[in-house]
Parts: sequence; structure tokens; C-alpha cells
Amino acid sequence: MKQSTKKAPRSDASAAPGDIGAAVSKAQSGIDGLDEITAGGLPRGRPSLVIGGPGCGKTMFAAEFIVQGATRFGEPGVFMMFEETADELVANVRSLGFDLDRLVRDGKVAIDYVRVERAEIEETGQYDLEGLFIRLAHAVESVGAKRVALDTLEALFSGLSDHAVLRAELRRLFRWLKDRGLTAVITAERAAETLTRYGLEEYVADCVILLDHRVVDQVSTRRLRVVKYRGSPHGTNEYPFLIGPRGIVVLPITSLTLDHDAPLERLPTGIGELDAMLAGEGFFRNSAVLISGSPGTGKSSVVARIAEAACERGERVLIFSYEESSNQLIRNMRSIAIDLERWTKKGLLRIHSSRPTLQGLEQHLVQMYEAVRQFQPSLVVVDPISNLTMHTDDAGLKPMLMRLIDFMKKSDITGVYTNLVGNEGATLAETQLGVSSLMDVWLMLSNVAVEGERTRALQIIKSRGMPHSNLVREFVFSDRGVEIVDVFLDAGRPLTGRRRVGAQAANAARRPPSAQVARRRKA
Amino acid sequence: MKSGTVERPARPAKASEPEWQLRLYVAGATSKSVAALANLQRMCEEHLAGRYEIEVIDLLVNPKLAAGDQILAVPTLVRKFPEPIRKIIGDLSSEERVLVGLDIKPVAR
Repeated sequence: MKQSTKKAPRSDASAAPGDIGAAVSKAQSGIDGLDEITAGGLPRGRPSLVIGGPGCGKTMFAAEFIVQGATRFGEPGVFMMFEETADELVANVRSLGFDLDRLVRDGKVAIDYVRVERAEIEETGQYDLEGLFIRLAHAVESVGAKRVALDTLEALFSGLSDHAVLRAELRRLFRWLKDRGLTAVITAERAAETLTRYGLEEYVADCVILLDHRVVDQVSTRRLRVVKYRGSPHGTNEYPFLIGPRGIVVLPITSLTLDHDAPLERLPTGIGELDAMLAGEGFFRNSAVLISGSPGTGKSSVVARIAEAACERGERVLIFSYEESSNQLIRNMRSIAIDLERWTKKGLLRIHSSRPTLQGLEQHLVQMYEAVRQFQPSLVVVDPISNLTMHTDDAGLKPMLMRLIDFMKKSDITGVYTNLVGNEGATLAETQLGVSSLMDVWLMLSNVAVEGERTRALQIIKSRGMPHSNLVREFVFSDRGVEIVDVFLDAGRPLTGRRRVGAQAANAARRPPSAQVARRRKA
Repeated sequence: MKSGTVERPARPAKASEPEWQLRLYVAGATSKSVAALANLQRMCEEHLAGRYEIEVIDLLVNPKLAAGDQILAVPTLVRKFPEPIRKIIGDLSSEERVLVGLDIKPVAR
């Protein structure tokens, strides 16, 4: 470590000053999101410490680091474990889609299981851990390893009684790893007072990552934090992460950049009059559309129509339904002449239904990522976003939605999100989960009670980048689907519901010149 | 110290396989390894005369052999036979502990 007057940017006050940021070369971990937080990966040629309690995903972290290195970055690796046998590890990481067996056969990964059993070992006189070094060196040479994972090195402490020797040898081990330029991940158990149970952080000081598993409101979330990264700037937040079907996914928020395309192409809504209100052609493609409304205002029906219309044009649509089952949604929409089943059968429409409380927000997000990647839709409907968490004040919801919206935009997908608004009295800003600012288009549906009759009304609160109608329009569900009815003015005032129907009928009979009909029928 | 050398006792054992099969893992001729081997030979001659065989394995020469017996520390003495396998790590400086570790009943002096 070279001393320098220039201090590297860092967040951890305990980190020693010294290293120059630019001098740290990085090895991509290949773990989704982590390389963004760490601005490129783990410190190359140095050991990193991954700390966590039981079940935090330490082994998975280490395994993915090795597998990704071998498969994606051409860096063979050695996985040395002290707790699991090789067979157990292979079986465990197979659940992440990693074929360790094959990598071992191909000579890209070497696995060595070091069993330390106190009961079998008698100690007398002086010894060192040269055997461990020899095994490690042999494994490293056998595959030409650039990466090493040691999981969990601390098991040695329970296996050997002479901790003074052990500590000296561990110090030598980390030196040894550095001297050979091996990028290493060392896992360790978290302790209550110090970071690790045996104080391994004293030896591995270059990069320390903390994994955590927390249960809040009965929903568990894994979190990752880069405690320290000597000589490199890094994200300091806690980032949710999950162990998904394809490995670990860390969900960084701060790394998101606003650089997605802004196409001019439009996505018609399938509701002729609504398109007309949106400068005649509908939403911009890849935009984020919020449709909010209190219960019974017709949010689901409006988005179902938008989905159906997209399918009619041959586009692929994915609906995430968090309130209704797929069958229920199909049945209910059929009552207003929206036939979703036709499109699910054709394979253009897929409906994912699940209870929102089933998982934490992050799991939802990853599930969405997966579903979107698999299905490759051009339109995604989330109905409703407000139901993704049991608490509308959940601090995690906004970042999660931000990530979702950004993901959609980057994937060239138009996103339509519905939002259940509690009561009509609440102010607009309060009831939008703070997400309205993320949205490009905001349609608000409401119930208007006039003279003993409730009618449905639709208005466009905003629609970025296009002129749009400022009128509050009445819309109806009929056996022809969703229709926005023509504005009917009686003496300059719009009429709605029965009064409009009556006046229209009377008007048809009399045809008075005063009644105007703003006409813009469906094309 | 040569790797893989089998040091047989002066008097040949009665059976083709000696009753006690011991394996000593070392890494080069360090002072600890030399001490361990000397201690071991002395104890064997004293308590297991004619009934033992010591195989010395130098891991610097045969690193592959370390994994088989789960060798971590050196020197490590492994009692291969009689079963079960027992391990003693260190330079074997305490005769009492070695005898206990190997489960050898000391001969009366």
C-alpha cells in the first residue's frame, strides 16, 4: 500500500487513508448490480471479505463470483470450502443454474473441500498450516486460477485450538493471495460486536461487503452494503438483493442513469376517444403511464382494453395482476366485451397473477424482470402498483418502482401502471405513492356523483411531450368495451349520465341548433 | 528426508502388513518435520517395535496427496491402521499426547 497525500473517496471513517482511487484495478464479479455499486467490481488481485449471518447468501456470493469469473470473464477459479462438501456445493449452486460439475470437468474451476474436525485431531507441539497452502497452491496451479473463494475460512478456528498459530497463518495466507495477484472472496460469519466472529476484518482490509437478511412486517429482504472499499468510491447505501433463479441480483438505485431513448412512435390506447385526447395518437412508446383512481372507477377495465388493443395489433403484452387471478380477470373482462382469453391462447398475452404479500418488493421486481426477459413484451401492465406492498408508506416502494420503470424504458417497453387511490378527499399528491413524478402520462379516473347518479369520469392530469385534452370526460363500459362518450353540452354545460342520455334522445328528436356534439368517432 | 520413503523397522514384521501403519505428512525438511519424524521413530521403536511402518509424504513433492487425508497442518501424523483413522498435528514433542492420540498402550520400561 502506498502512502499518498491524496485521499480516496470513502464513506467509512475507519478506512485507512492512502490508496489512490484510480490505481485500484477491478475484477468484475459478474453479480448483477454489484459491479455498478462498486464501480467495476472487486479489487483485482486482493482479498475481499464477505460477511453475513447464517442464510445470508455468503456461499452463493462466493460461488457466483467463481462461476461468473470462469464462464464470463475467462478467469478460472478455485473454490475452497470448509463447511460444505463438494457435492453439496454443486447441488446448491445448481439451483442457480450454475453447472459447477462441468466447469470442473472443463478445467475452469477447482473445488477443494477442507474438512476440519476437532474430534479427530490431536495437537502436540509446533505446527503450521503449510498443508493448506500446498493444497491451495496445487488447486490454483491446476486450473491457472485468477480467482479464489474461501468459504468459510473461520471454520478453522473451531477446528484448531492454537489460535495464535492460526492467526499468524491467516495473515500469511492473505499475503500469499496478494503476492500471487489472486482476486479472492473470503466469507465470514457476522458477529454482534465486531464485524466478524474472529476479527478477520483485521487481515482483509481492502474490501468488506456486508450481507444481511432482515424481516420487516413478516416479509424478508436481503440487503447488501459495501462497508469499505479501500481506494475506490462505492455506493454506500444498503441495497436489496436476492438470490434469484439466475444467481444473485443486487438492485442498485443510484447507478441508474437517465439515458434511455425517447421514441416518437406512438402506442394507441385502443380507446378511440382517449387517443384523440392524447394528441390523436395515444401514448408515446416506452413511456410510463399511470392510471389512478379510487375503487370501482374502472382502472382494470381500461388497462385491459389497452392490452387487448395491443394484442389486436399483434404486439406481445404481459399483465401482472395482483388483485385478480388470471381466470377471474378473463371472466370479468368478457362482461365488457374484452376477450383476453383469445390472446392468451394465441400466445400474445400472458397474465401473471400472484398475491402481493407473497414476497417482498424486491422479489416482485426480480420476478417481473424474469418474466419480461422471457416473454419479451412490448407492453407491460401492472395492476395495481399500490398493492405491491401492504403499506402505502413503504419507503421501498418508490425506489422499486423507479427501478421497474427504468428497466421497462431501457427494454423498449411501454409500462402501464394502475394505482388504487384511497378516498376521493385526499389530495392528489398524497395518494400517488410519490410516484407520479416518475410517470410520463397520468390518467385519473374518478366517480362523479351528479343528481343521484354516479358516472365515471376520466381526465388526463399530464402527458409529457404532447398537447392533450384538459376536459374531464365521461366514459362507459358497455358490450362494446370501454368508450369515452361524446361531450354533450346543454346550454354550454356538459351533461353526464342519464341526463345526457335523455338530452341526447330529446335532441335527436328536436335537433335544436343550440346543442352541440363534439364529434370524433373512432377511426 | 525423502518423500514416499517407507521406513521399516529393523526386524521384519511377522505378517506381510504391519499392525500399525502410520503416515507422516511434512512439507520439506523443516525443523518441525525433522523433529516430528525423529520423535515418531523413537516412540515407535520403544512401544511398537517390529509392528509398525512409517510412510513419510512430502507435500512439496506430492501436493495432490494433501486432499486425500484432509491435511491442513504440517506436520500431521495419520494413523491409517488400525482403524479408525486418527490424526495428530504438530512436531510430536509430547510423547504422552502422541501415545494417547494414537491409542498406544505404552510398554512397561
